Amino acid sequence: MKRRQSAALDRKKLLKDPVLLITIIILIVALLLFVLYPLLILLVDSIWQEGHFTLGIFESVLHLGRFQTAFWNTVRAGVITGLLSTLLGLLFAYVDVYVRLRFRILERLFNVVSMLPVVSPPFVLSLSMICLFGRSGLVTRQILGIYDANVYGLVGIVVTQTLTFFPVCYLMLRGLLKNIDPSLEEAARDMGASRWKVFWTVTTPLLLPGLGNAFLVTFIESAADFANPMLIGGDYDTLATTIYLQITGAYDKQGASAMAVVLLSLTILMFIIQKYYLESKTAATLTGKASRERMRITDKSVTFPMTMLCGLVSIFVILMYAMVPMGALFKLWGRNYALTLDHFKYIFTYGGLAAFKDSALLSVIAAPITAILSMIIAYLVVKRKFKGRGFIEFVSILAMAVPGTVLGVGFIRGYSNGMFRTGFLQGIYGTSAILIIAFVVRSLPTGTRSGISALRQIDKSIEESAYDMGAGSGKVFMTVTLPLIKDSFFSGLVTAFVRSITAISAVILLVTPRWNMVTVQINSLAEKGNYGEACAYATVLIIIVYAAVMLMNLFIKYFGTSRVRRQK
Amino acid sequence: MAKEKKGIRLEHVSKIYKDPKTKKDFYAVKDVSVEIEPGSFVTLLGPSGCGKTTTLRMIAGFESPDEGSIFLGGERIDELTPNKRDTAMVFQSYALLPHYNIFDNVAYGLKIRKVPKEEIRKKVIDILELVGLSGMETRMTNQLSGGQQQRVALARALVIEPGVLLFDEPLSNLDAKLRVSMRTEIRRIQQEAGITAIYVTHDQSEAMSISDQIIIMKSGVISQMGTPQDIYYHPVNEFVADFIGDANFLKGKVVSHAGETGTMEINGNHVEVSGCGHVSEGSEATLVLRPESIHLEDAGNIPCDVVLSCFMGAYQNYHVMVGDTKVAITDYNPRGKKIYQVGDKAFISFKPETAHVLQASE
Ligand SMILES: Nc1ncnc2c1ncn2[C@@H]1O[C@H](COP(=O)(O)OP(=O)(O)O)[C@@H](O)[C@H]1O
Ligand SMILES: [Mg+2]
Repeated sequence: MKRRQSAALDRKKLLKDPVLLITIIILIVALLLFVLYPLLILLVDSIWQEGHFTLGIFESVLHLGRFQTAFWNTVRAGVITGLLSTLLGLLFAYVDVYVRLRFRILERLFNVVSMLPVVSPPFVLSLSMICLFGRSGLVTRQILGIYDANVYGLVGIVVTQTLTFFPVCYLMLRGLLKNIDPSLEEAARDMGASRWKVFWTVTTPLLLPGLGNAFLVTFIESAADFANPMLIGGDYDTLATTIYLQITGAYDKQGASAMAVVLLSLTILMFIIQKYYLESKTAATLTGKASRERMRITDKSVTFPMTMLCGLVSIFVILMYAMVPMGALFKLWGRNYALTLDHFKYIFTYGGLAAFKDSALLSVIAAPITAILSMIIAYLVVKRKFKGRGFIEFVSILAMAVPGTVLGVGFIRGYSNGMFRTGFLQGIYGTSAILIIAFVVRSLPTGTRSGISALRQIDKSIEESAYDMGAGSGKVFMTVTLPLIKDSFFSGLVTAFVRSITAISAVILLVTPRWNMVTVQINSLAEKGNYGEACAYATVLIIIVYAAVMLMNLFIKYFGTSRVRRQK
Repeated sequence: MAKEKKGIRLEHVSKIYKDPKTKKDFYAVKDVSVEIEPGSFVTLLGPSGCGKTTTLRMIAGFESPDEGSIFLGGERIDELTPNKRDTAMVFQSYALLPHYNIFDNVAYGLKIRKVPKEEIRKKVIDILELVGLSGMETRMTNQLSGGQQQRVALARALVIEPGVLLFDEPLSNLDAKLRVSMRTEIRRIQQEAGITAIYVTHDQSEAMSISDQIIIMKSGVISQMGTPQDIYYHPVNEFVADFIGDANFLKGKVVSHAGETGTMEINGNHVEVSGCGHVSEGSEATLVLRPESIHLEDAGNIPCDVVLSCFMGAYQNYHVMVGDTKVAITDYNPRGKKIYQVGDKAFISFKPETAHVLQASE
C-alpha cells in the first residue's frame, strides 16, 4: 500500500502555512548550528589533523596520565554520588509516601530541601562545605579543634554533589511510589510477609527501573558538574575540570576536544540507557494511578529512625545553605566572627554591580528566548506532524545530556574561527551573543520537557477547533496554545533565568573581559581563598534567584491556568 | 443564513494508517465515493472503528487522503489546510477554548475573519439566540452543563457560516434524555440555517431521527447509502439489517418467483414473499423480518414454539423458535389480543411486502 499521496498532500499543506514552515526551518537550523554542529566539530577536531584522518590525538590523550586519572575520577565520583543520591532520595520518598509524619514541620522541611538546589547557584554547597569543614572550618577548627582538616577531594565532591542532586531523586521516586497500587503490598502483608519482606519483594522490584533511572540521571549530573569539583575537588580532577584546565592552562584545544568527546560519549551513553531503556520499563511496571489512599505506617520502631534520619539530613542541608550568608557577614572566617558588611561593600566597590548587571541582563535576554522556543518545540512535537519532528524532539532533549563544559569547548572550536574555520558566524564569538546562545541551549531541554508534559494534558481538538475556524498556525499558537500552558511557559521563563544566571561551566570558557559574570567572579574569588567575598556574591545571587522564583509562584497563583478546567 | 450551501463529493477516497501494534498498514477508509447534496443532512453511521471520524477529518482537512479526492462546492480541496476550508466542525469533546467566555468562543472565528466589531456583536447575539443561550455571553465554559457546551460548540461553528457543518458524535457525552432532545434541536437548527451537514454517530436511532440520508460504514467501506426508510426496509446485507433496527434472519431457498413476488422455502414450509426478484429460482436466500412486522397466529405456514412471552406495556415481546432459529416478535397494542404463553405452539405470519429477501452471499 502506498501512502505517498497523503505525504505529498501534507507537504503541500505545510508549504501553504508559511508561519509553520519558517518556524520549523528556523528551529532546525538553530539546533543544527548551536547543538549538533559544536558537538560534531569536537569529534572532527579530535580525529582530523592538517587535512588528514588520524587517531593520534585520541591516542595521545588516552595515554595521558592526567586524562586517565580524570576519567576514573569522574566515573568514581559519579557512581558514588549516584548511589548515595538515589538511596537518600529513596529514603525521603519512602518517608514522604509511606510514613505517617507526626510533625507537620517535617513536610515543610522536605519542601524546603527539595526547593533549595533549584534556587541556588551550583557551587553554594562547596562554599559552605569549606566554611564548615575546611581548614578554618567552623566545625573542624572551631568545634573539634582540628587544624589540618582536608575537605578537598573525593569526599568533598561526593558530599556536595549528593546534597545537591538527591532532591531530584526524591522527587522522581516520590512520583513512582505514589503510583504503586497499595493493594499489591497489602496483599503480600495479608499473606504474612513482614514489612521488610514486602519492601524487598514487592516495592523494590517495582521500583527497580526507577532507581536505575535516578542513579543514571544523577551520574550524568555529577559527571557534568564543573563548579563543585572546581571549588572543592582539590587535586581530585574530573573530566570537566581537566578539560577546562587543558584549554585555559595548557592551551591544548585539540586535546580538550578529544577529552570533551569522551565526556560527552559517557553522558550520552548513560542518557540513552536512561531514556530509551529504563524509562519505558518504568512506564511498563507502574501504570496508572494508585486506586486509593495508602495506609500509612505508624509503627514507631519504623517511623522514628526514618523520620529522625530525614530530619537530620534536612537540617544539615539547610544549615549548609545558611552558611553562605553567614560567611558573607563574618569579618574573617575562622579568625574573626565579628559581624560586618565589609564583604558586601567590597564586592560592590570592585565590579560587583557590573557583574550582577551583566549576568542579569544576559539572563533576562536568554530567558524569554528559551521559554518561547521550548513552548514552540513542545507544541510542534505534541500537536503537529511533519518531517523533522523526530529530529527536533531528539536534539532538544539530547541537549540535556551535554555537559556545559563540552558545549563551551564546542563553541570555542566551532566558532572562534567561524564555522568550519571559514570565518562564517565568527562575529558571534567573544560577544554576548554566544553567551546568550549557551544559556538558551543549556536551559532548553528542561523547558521543552515541561512544555511537552503540559501540552499532553490538553485535548488535541481544542487547537484543532481553532485551526478549523480559520486561524493559521501562528494564531492558534498565540491565542490558544500559549494561554493554555502559560503556567508552564512562565515557570520555563523563570527556570531559564535561574539556570542562566547561575550557570558557570560553559560560561567560564566563553566569557570575555567585556562581560563580567557573577558566577565567574565567585569562582575566581573562591580560588583565591577570598571566601567572604565569594559568599557575599553568592548571597546576593541567591536572593535574586529566590525573588524570581517567588514572583513565579505569585504569578501562577493569581494568573495561572490551574483554575481553568483542563479537558482530557 | 449560510452564504451558500455547498455540496460535498468524495471520489474513491481512501486512508491508510499504520497499526501501532502490528506495524502493518491497513485501510482505515477504503474507496469511499459519495455525493452529498447542498443543504442535506447526511449521517455516517457504523460501529466504532469503522472509519467515520477519519472520513470526517479528511473532509475537514486534518488528515490527507491516500487515494482519491474531495470536492467542496465543486472545488477540489485536497491541498487546502483546515483553516482555509469552508467547513466547521463540532467536536465530540466540544473543544471549547477554556480561557475564553462564551461570547469570545463564538466570536473567535469572526475575529479571525476580521469582521467589524459591531457586526461580530450582532452575529454572536443572534446565533446564541438560535441555539437558546441568550444572556449567557459572559459565562466561562466551565460554568456550563454538557448540553450548553454543546450548544456553544454548535453556535461557534454556525456563526462563521460554513459551506458545510461537520459533527463528530456530538451527543455521545450527554445523558440519554438530553441526547434525544438535543438531536431534534440540531435538526431544527440545521433546517433553519439551511446548511449542509455531515454527522457522525454510532447510534442508529440518532441517525434515523435526524438524517435525510444515512451512509452505513463497516471496516472502512460503505455498506449502503440511502434514506432512513430505504435502509430500514431494503437493507443490502445482514450487517446493515442488523445494525439499523432489529432484524430476524430466516435462512431458506427461493423456490419460484413471478416478477418481484415469489415463494420461499423455510424449514420445508413454503411462504409467500415479495421483493425477491433479484434472487434466481432455486438459490439460497435469507429472509429479513422486522420484529414488528410479524404476528403469531393459531394457523399458518411456518410453525414455531414460544420460548419467551413478556408484557412490556406498549407491546408484547415474544421469542419463538422456528426450527433452530430464534425469532423476536414485537406485537404492539396487545390489549384484547390473544397472548401466547411460553410452551405454546403457534405459527408466524407476515405480510409478503414487509419481508425483505437477501441473496445468500457466501
Ligand atoms: N492516527 C491514527 N493512526 C493509526 N490508526 C488510526 C489513527 N486514527 C484512527 N486509526 C484507526 O483507524 C480506524 C478508524 O478509526 P476512526 O475513523 O476513528 O473510527 P470511528 O470514528 O468510526 O470509530 C480505527 O481502527 C483506528 O484505530
Ligand atoms: Mg470516531
